[in-house]
Amino acid sequence: MDEKLKTELSKQGIFTTSLQELYNWGRTSSIWPLNFGLACCAIEMIATTMARYDLARFGAEVFRPSPRQADLMIVAGTVTKKMAPQVVRLYNQMPEPKYVISMGACAISGGPFKQGYNVLKGIDRYIPVDIYIPGCPPRPEALIDAFMELQKKIDAQQLTGENRPRHLNADEPSEFIVPQFGEHDLEPTRNSSIWEPPLVQIAQTGSDESGSH
Amino acid sequence: MNLEAIKSEIEANVPGCRLELIANPSPSGQHSLLLDAEHASAVALYLRDTPNLRFDFCSNITGIDWPGKEVSQKIKVRKLVDGVEQEVEETRITTIPGSLEVVYHLYSVEKKHGPIVLRMRTKDRDAGVHLPSFTPIWRSAELQEREIFDLFGVLFDGHPDLRRLLMWDEFQDYPMRRDYVDPDDYEYEPTAHDAVLQRARQHLSQANPVQPSEGEAR
Repeated sequence: MDEKLKTELSKQGIFTTSLQELYNWGRTSSIWPLNFGLACCAIEMIATTMARYDLARFGAEVFRPSPRQADLMIVAGTVTKKMAPQVVRLYNQMPEPKYVISMGACAISGGPFKQGYNVLKGIDRYIPVDIYIPGCPPRPEALIDAFMELQKKIDAQQLTGENRPRHLNADEPSEFIVPQFGEHDLEPTRNSSIWEPPLVQIAQTGSDESGSH
Repeated sequence: MNLEAIKSEIEANVPGCRLELIANPSPSGQHSLLLDAEHASAVALYLRDTPNLRFDFCSNITGIDWPGKEVSQKIKVRKLVDGVEQEVEETRITTIPGSLEVVYHLYSVEKKHGPIVLRMRTKDRDAGVHLPSFTPIWRSAELQEREIFDLFGVLFDGHPDLRRLLMWDEFQDYPMRRDYVDPDDYEYEPTAHDAVLQRARQHLSQANPVQPSEGEAR
């Protein structure tokens, strides 16, 4: 519908909308997160929901204790390799449409435990992440900002066409491989269909040595 | 608390035990007693139950990995060289076998003294990694001995519930051992340095033999 006509009509007291706007408005305004935290980031997440920061203003006041009723998974904290299969299984149990916020350095990349043998180097190796928030831990304002970014993202989604979201495309998967406990590491170590290690140029021998001494 | 006195007291009361006093040269001067595995439980019970000692609280347990190492020494040996006795320098290589060590810190709440530091060493790092468990003597040892079993692979005989604590049950390695090689997770930080840089280079040479050009790098 033409935007000019729409504003003109609303001036005359006639409200027009499209199904897509209505649908996205409904989803944007009632994103229910999963009641689930892994480490110190979860404390910030809890603070965000309480009276001082009040996530309820954005329609996310109901933290659901069951993945069956949740729309959003906030991966708040260090994901150890022992915990990773359970996190992926919880994500698989959530109904579509579902979103993931990767909260804090650990959930993004392993954070300070990146060189550890026991920590997963980013939850995006197994499940698709919509919003990343850096910080150790991120402040409640950062989580609210991530939340608003997610709302913008949902608002912009098309219901039809090539770019329609995953839950409206029957060919796209809604469940992802749950890693198994292997003898030395998780198997597989990543879900290759959603994550590949980025190519990074590392300084060649000589150039970095001359710089460090 | 004089460790020397405690040592001779134990030796007098626990027949057959072999104790060794390991001096700590640092300013803290926390010397320790090395127990032999066969008499360790008897010594521990003696420390716990003797009225003037009463070490009733096992506060901390640590594992240490001592990998085996080769030490080369240059020794002067008298030898017959071409019929003439000469002094010849020879290199002799001695192999020091590795072992796993467990360190216990004991306190006495009743007598308000401590700590006393006990150590035990396994025979080697492969098959003979058995040590007696102190869990039947101090219950607080249970989880800490499980952790040491998990991360170092020491088998505590007599432990009521010796399962892995932090890693999953299917895990085969012992991550805190010196020779543990952790999984080759890609180190993609561009500011890598030291050991991480070394590993990243190694990984890159294995994963992509052709270095990506400037344009491809993300």
